[in-house]
Amino acid sequence: MADGIGFIMLGFLFKGAVSINDISVFKSINLSVKSGEWTCLLGRSGVGKTTILRLVAGLAENVNLDGIIKANDGQGLNGRVALMAQTDNLLPWLDVMENVLLGARLRGEQADRERAFDLIEKVGLADHNNKKPHALSGGERQRVALARTLMEQRPIVLLDEPFSALDARVRAEMQELASDILRGKTILLVTHDPGEAARLGDTILVLDGEGITEVTPPRTPTIRAYDNADVLACQGQLLRLLREQV
Amino acid sequence: MKNIIRGAIFAVFFILVWHFLVIAADLPKFILPSPFLVALSLKHNFGLIFQHGVITLTEVVLGLLAGSLLGGMTAVGLAISPIARTVMRPMMVLSQALPVFALAPLLTLWLGYGLFPKIIMALLIIYFPVTSAFFDGLMNTPKGMLDLAKIMNGTSWRIMWNLRVPNAIPSLASGLRLAAVYAPIGAIIGEWVGASQGLGYLMLLANGRAKIDLMFAALAMLIVMTLSLHWSIDQFGRLLTQWARPEG
Repeated sequence: MADGIGFIMLGFLFKGAVSINDISVFKSINLSVKSGEWTCLLGRSGVGKTTILRLVAGLAENVNLDGIIKANDGQGLNGRVALMAQTDNLLPWLDVMENVLLGARLRGEQADRERAFDLIEKVGLADHNNKKPHALSGGERQRVALARTLMEQRPIVLLDEPFSALDARVRAEMQELASDILRGKTILLVTHDPGEAARLGDTILVLDGEGITEVTPPRTPTIRAYDNADVLACQGQLLRLLREQV
Repeated sequence: MKNIIRGAIFAVFFILVWHFLVIAADLPKFILPSPFLVALSLKHNFGLIFQHGVITLTEVVLGLLAGSLLGGMTAVGLAISPIARTVMRPMMVLSQALPVFALAPLLTLWLGYGLFPKIIMALLIIYFPVTSAFFDGLMNTPKGMLDLAKIMNGTSWRIMWNLRVPNAIPSLASGLRLAAVYAPIGAIIGEWVGASQGLGYLMLLANGRAKIDLMFAALAMLIVMTLSLHWSIDQFGRLLTQWARPEG
């Protein structure tokens, strides 16, 4: 595994055109995700954001990529990517600790319980360690999913609208927690929320059928206050761009 | 608790209708004995009925265990191997076109008059429902979970054991609940075809001697047995699938 200690930073490149059953999803795009940064990918539903993410994750089926996906060191991404999705995908029959340790269980590796507990503590769930997912709120479950994602020690983390099902207050909290806890990782965040991109993005990209438009992010460092004037302006600009798309 | 009360009310109602039907139609007791006569027969012959009941219960439980085990293994095999699916599934469906009842005389011919052919009958009759229910459950693991497991580089057997099997337990439990009701049918048919003990044998014997009250008493025992079996499996299933319901 590339990141035995979890400190290696690794960016990656996605280049090419994508079609499904010979129908073009988008023409050739060039998406460069810089190491150790948050890259936010916006676009309306069905434009192919999730398809890109699934291709990067190695999960796409029946999707034809005419191009390449490779890490900055020239190698593939298998085993170097973690994914956090909109649904928490916690196993309902396992408690919080066992869910965080799922990766080791599925690979037949020795479970590092100490590290798992540290992560559970970090996401603020130390008191819920032995609870089953049913006993947790939506926000708490996404916290467990976050701890599980981190437990994997992968340099690249793909986030597929991970906070979109949460209410506004919890979503803001989760954005702050994720920004803090995923520091140093290379993040590709797919979102449909301009506000989220404006708060979190070091690089902000808008995808449509024609290709990718890069939008200048606010000047302040992440994570940005939601009521910062630059953030609000950026959010407005993004929303305008999204509405202009056909 | 509510269910038990509802069931009891229904049973009392049924017995009353039965009772009045016998009186109103003035039916002779060798056609339809009154519930009172059946209760009396159950009391007098309890030792005999119980003894035969134990035999039938043994056949049913062993058939259930063997059939569930075999069905469970088949379902896992089918779920993990696309080749097995292509080869086995049409064969399994085809095998269902053959009524299991038609096999009973053959099984007796080949395996004799003992417990074994009845166990096989019970096994055969529950094999398909158990396999089918469990297989459906195994193929319905939420896609998100499977994606996650793939990204984590899980091995397919570990994914099967840690993810797909637990996720399919509720489906397996409904298959087993069906099996609890089907298995006694298999055992009884087996006993009708050739046996020297068991409730099916006792019922045939009683029928031949026009002891219809004894026949009904044996039938009552069979009903109690099947319901208890169904209840036990239901409770066992609930225990295993506690996680599927919110706590409290």
